[in-house]
Amino acid sequence: MAEFLIAAAGFVLAMVALGLARILRGPADADRLMAAQLLGTGGIAALLLLATGIGVPAAVDAALTLALLAAFAAVGFVTSIPRSDR
Amino acid sequence: MTAAFVLDAGLALLVVAVAVWTIAAGSAFAAVVGFVTFGLLLALAWVRLAAVDVALTEAAVGSGITGALLITAAARLRPTEQRSAAERPAVPMRVAAGVLAVAVFAGLAALVLFPADPAPTLASQAAVHLPELGVGNAVTAVLIAYRALDTLLEKVVLLLALIGVWSLAPDRFWGGAPGLRPSASLGGELTLLGRLLPPVGIVVGIYILWVGAIAPGGAFQGGAILAAMWLLVMIAGLQAVPETGQRWVRMVLVAGPAVFLAVGFAGFALPDGFLSYPAQFAKPLIIVIEVVLTLSIAAILGLLVAGPPERERQR
Amino acid sequence: MRILLDIVTVVAVSAGAVFFLAGTVGLLRFPDSLSRLHALTKADNLGLGLVVLGLLPQADGVLAALKLVAVWLLAQLAGATVTQLVARAARRGGQRA
Repeated sequence: MAEFLIAAAGFVLAMVALGLARILRGPADADRLMAAQLLGTGGIAALLLLATGIGVPAAVDAALTLALLAAFAAVGFVTSIPRSDR
Repeated sequence: MTAAFVLDAGLALLVVAVAVWTIAAGSAFAAVVGFVTFGLLLALAWVRLAAVDVALTEAAVGSGITGALLITAAARLRPTEQRSAAERPAVPMRVAAGVLAVAVFAGLAALVLFPADPAPTLASQAAVHLPELGVGNAVTAVLIAYRALDTLLEKVVLLLALIGVWSLAPDRFWGGAPGLRPSASLGGELTLLGRLLPPVGIVVGIYILWVGAIAPGGAFQGGAILAAMWLLVMIAGLQAVPETGQRWVRMVLVAGPAVFLAVGFAGFALPDGFLSYPAQFAKPLIIVIEVVLTLSIAAILGLLVAGPPERERQR
Repeated sequence: MRILLDIVTVVAVSAGAVFFLAGTVGLLRFPDSLSRLHALTKADNLGLGLVVLGLLPQADGVLAALKLVAVWLLAQLAGATVTQLVARAARRGGQRA
């Protein structure tokens, strides 16, 4: 079971990596805003899987923090995005 | 080839790849997005190393607060960004910087891959005194009790950093309100977020502070989360940015280090000296220090991101 | 009983992983920012929900299970609102870059 959960966490991380490759390359800055959203869900899924998989229950607290701070980072990005029509 | 190894290798490669991308990014905005991504992925790596205290700090402070600081800095620097990108150091300088970076990396890798045998550690000695302090988390014990002096000085350094940021303002603006202005064109969604998220975030922040006694957490992480929620409320325009010259602002900022110092000096009355906690009062003292410290850290970090004053003080 | 719980975990987490895969495929293949954002948010959030569902049988007690659900609810709340924000910003400014 632990092996399976760790493998699942690895798979989710691979999905996040693929998504990041696309997002960070994206020509417009608007694409890059999505990075916070991607990490917000993918990172939390990986953390929760690891919490049970490697037996670190405190990782759930880290997931809580990640959820909040990813949202905060997204707000920071969105309010500072370079306006192309400026 | 176990699943754990694949996960670790993949995570390490991903972190390095994002770091390289951040350095090579075209604009400051893209680089900051890369930096925040890097920080959040690094938090995952810390969890994998079972160092959740560090993971919490990395996510809250390293990515959240520092990311916000960098993004506002990038916004301020945008007018001169093109011109400064054209001024690059000469090739010999860049080669020297590269060589130095590789040397540091090699040194750290050698330390990790070929440690002294047995690896030096004070963990067992740190764990011995935990019951007397009433604290279950060794990291918190180190921060608040064994190395309390370091923590106290760090908080003073935070205050000095804030004063440094304030000093960037012209003299006539001293004591005024920072220029953090809510973005008018993003009204509806931002207001909704500013109303829904902060109450939850405040509860989580207090929880992280409280659970730091027995599990990963503590004053710094809790304070950073509270700061992020306060900034969210201010960015959404639901609360005005406070004037930095107001008395209550100054009191909240100073309260944490002041209480810490007071407890420290009170230690002189006891045989053990500065920052010694009397045995029966250790836990309550630690709680008081941590709570006040959290509030101060939240205020300091929030005002750090808000920036130097840009308006005159309204007397 | 144990084996039944383990089966539920494996099935739910696998389904969650499939949705993460779907979200990433959408992210890679959709033509413009807004549809990519849509794929990212909907599929990934559903994947997260299924993963949490799968982890509930493995939790140590009711409190730990409630904590997992709380994390999921927070992710939903934050994710839904932030997506609207990002969509508004994407449509307004970034598309023309």
